Amino acid sequence: MLELTDLKVEVSGKEILHGVNLTIDTAQTHVLFGPNGAGKTTLLMSIMGFPEYTVTGGRILFKEEDITHLPLHERARRGIGMSFQRPPTIKGLKTRQIIELSGRGGTDIDEIAGEVNLGYLLDRDVNDGFSGGEIKRSEMAQLIAQQPSFVLLDEPESGVDLENISLLGGAINKLLQKDMKRRRVNSCLIITHTGYILDYVEADVGHILLGGRISCSGNPREMLGHIKESGYEECAICPSC
Amino acid sequence: MSKLLDDLTKRAEAAIDKKAPFGENIDLRKYINPSERYEYVENLETLSEEEKERLMAVGIDTKAKQRSGSFIQHDTTVRHRDSTQEGVEVMGTAEALAKYDWMEEYWWKAVAVDQDKYTAHVQLHQNDGYFIRTLPGVKTTFPLQACLYLKEEQITQNVHNIIIAEEGSELHIITGCTTGPHVKEGIHLGVSEFFIKKGAKVSFTMIHGWNENVAVRPRTGIIIEEDGVFLSNYILLRRAHSLQMYPNAYLNGANATARFNSIIAVPEGSHVDGGARTYLRAPGAKAEIISRTISTGGTVISRGHMIGEVPGVKAHMECNGLILSEHGIVAAVPELEGRVADVEMSHEAAVGKIAKEEIEYLMARGLSEEEAKSTIIRGFLDVKIMGLPPHLENAIKKAVETGQQGFM
Repeated sequence: MLELTDLKVEVSGKEILHGVNLTIDTAQTHVLFGPNGAGKTTLLMSIMGFPEYTVTGGRILFKEEDITHLPLHERARRGIGMSFQRPPTIKGLKTRQIIELSGRGGTDIDEIAGEVNLGYLLDRDVNDGFSGGEIKRSEMAQLIAQQPSFVLLDEPESGVDLENISLLGGAINKLLQKDMKRRRVNSCLIITHTGYILDYVEADVGHILLGGRISCSGNPREMLGHIKESGYEECAICPSC
Repeated sequence: MSKLLDDLTKRAEAAIDKKAPFGENIDLRKYINPSERYEYVENLETLSEEEKERLMAVGIDTKAKQRSGSFIQHDTTVRHRDSTQEGVEVMGTAEALAKYDWMEEYWWKAVAVDQDKYTAHVQLHQNDGYFIRTLPGVKTTFPLQACLYLKEEQITQNVHNIIIAEEGSELHIITGCTTGPHVKEGIHLGVSEFFIKKGAKVSFTMIHGWNENVAVRPRTGIIIEEDGVFLSNYILLRRAHSLQMYPNAYLNGANATARFNSIIAVPEGSHVDGGARTYLRAPGAKAEIISRTISTGGTVISRGHMIGEVPGVKAHMECNGLILSEHGIVAAVPELEGRVADVEMSHEAAVGKIAKEEIEYLMARGLSEEEAKSTIIRGFLDVKIMGLPPHLENAIKKAVETGQQGFM
C-alpha cells in the first residue's frame, strides 16, 4: 500500500531523513520507535505531505501512485489520514463541523461521537481547552468520519489516562478493520514512545528510526522489550542493524 | 421645550466646525439636504423589488413575520411605522416630540449636541429618525426592525433616534442601514440615544450595508440604570468609504451590564474606525467589548476604552483581526483605565493572517487550501459570539453569509 524508497527530507534547509526505505502492505500495522529527534514525526509529516517538509530525494508510492509531490489535501482525499499529536485550536469552528467536513457529508456525527465519548464536546470550538484525552478522541472521531485506508498515528497514547487508552485502542482497531480477518485492507503506521498502545492494538512489524534512517525492523513486541531493557544506545551498536 | 431647543440650536451652531477626534474630517457642505418626500406605505411588501432586496440584505423582513413592529425611513421620509404588540411604541422622533412633553428629559441627554460637527449638523438639519419605547414590564415577543435608507444621490441623512426601555421591560431591535443600489455618494449621520431603565434589557443588532463612496458617522450614547442590560451587535461586511463611530455607554446603576460585539470586514477602499467606550460608574457593573475584524485591502481600527470609576466593576475586551491581503490594515487600540483600586479589567488582542497550522490541519482532512481558509473565516465570523435568540441569530447568520460571499 505504501512504499518509501530512499526518502530524503529537509526541514528549514536541514536534512532530517537521510534515505528511509519502508514498505507497508495492505492490512498491515507498523510501529515506529526511536529516540527524540530521530525524525519520527518528520517521517509522518512527509508521508502526509506537509509543505514545510521538503522531499529532496527518493519517492513515496501510495497504492502504486507516485505521490511524492502531491499536495496535502490530495493525499488526504486519496485515503491517507493522520492523528495529530498537538493539533491547533480553531476558534469559531465547532467540533461537530470538523467531523462533518472530514467525512465530506453523509456522516452520522452523533454515532461517531458516541463511539469515542465525544458527545459533550461537539458544540465546543475545535480543540479549545481540550484535555490530552479529549484531543485524541476528537482526532479519532475525525478519522472515523474520514475513513482513510492508510492511517498515521503520532503518539496516540501521549497525555491519555489508561481508561482512555483502552477506548482509543478500540477506536483504532475499528478504524483498521481489525475485526475483519479476511477482507481487511486498511493499514497503519504508529509512532509510540511508551508502547502502551500495543496492549490494545495488534501490530505486525516494528521499526527503529535512528539518526534519520531505519536501523532495524522486526517483531514490535520484542523490539519494545529490548528498548525498555537497554534503551536506544544498544540499537546504535547492535550488529544486526 | 422651545427654550431647550433654542439653547440646543445655539450650542450646535457654535460646534458646526468642530472636528471629531477620530476619522476623516468630512466636508458636509458638499452634500445636499434632501427635499423629496415619498408616500407612506401600509404594507412593506408594496415597496419596490429593488428596495425590498436591499432591505433584506441588512436583515429587514418585508413580510414582517416574527417582528413586533417596523420602522422604515427613506432619506427624510418615514415610509412606514407600526407596532403589533401592546406596550411597544414605534414612531418617528418628530411625531414623538409633538406627542410627548417629557421628550425633553431624553433629547440630547445621552449624546452631547456639541460633541462634534456631525451631532451639531443633526440638530440643525434634523430629518426625523425612530422613537422606540417599551412600557414598564413589557417584553417584545419578536424583535422590532428599523431601517434607515439613503435613496437619493449626494444627500445627507440626519436622523436622531430615541430608544427607551422602561423598568423591567425587554426590547430586541434589529436595524439595517443601507443605500439604494444606484447611490454612489452620500453621508448618513445618525444620533442614537438609549435609555435602559432599572432591570430593563435591550439588544440592538445593527447591520450596515453601504455603497462605495458613502460616509457614515453614527453618534451613540447609552445610559444604563440599576440591573439594566444593553447588548449591541454590529455587522458591516460591505464597503463603506469612511465610517467612524465610538459609542459611549454609561453604566450608572449597580450591576448594569453592557456588551458590544462587532463583526467587520473591510474591502479595499474602505476605512472603518469603530469601537466602544464604557464608563463603569456603579458597583457590580460589567462591560465587555468583543470585535472580529477582517481586512481584504481596507483599513479597520478597533478601539475600546473601558473606564472603571468605582470599586467592584469588571471589564474585558477582545480584539481579533485577520489580514487577508497584502495591503490591508487591521489595528487594535484597547485602553483600560482604572480610576480606583479593586477593579477587574483585562484585554487581549491578536492581529495577523490565518495561522498556517490551522489551514494545514483542515487540509489533512481533505479540504483544499481555499476551502480551509473559507472554513476558518466562517468560524472567525461566527455570530454565536453575539448570544442572540435563535430566530434573530438565523437572520443575522444569513446576512453574514451573504456578506461573506462578497469578499471570500
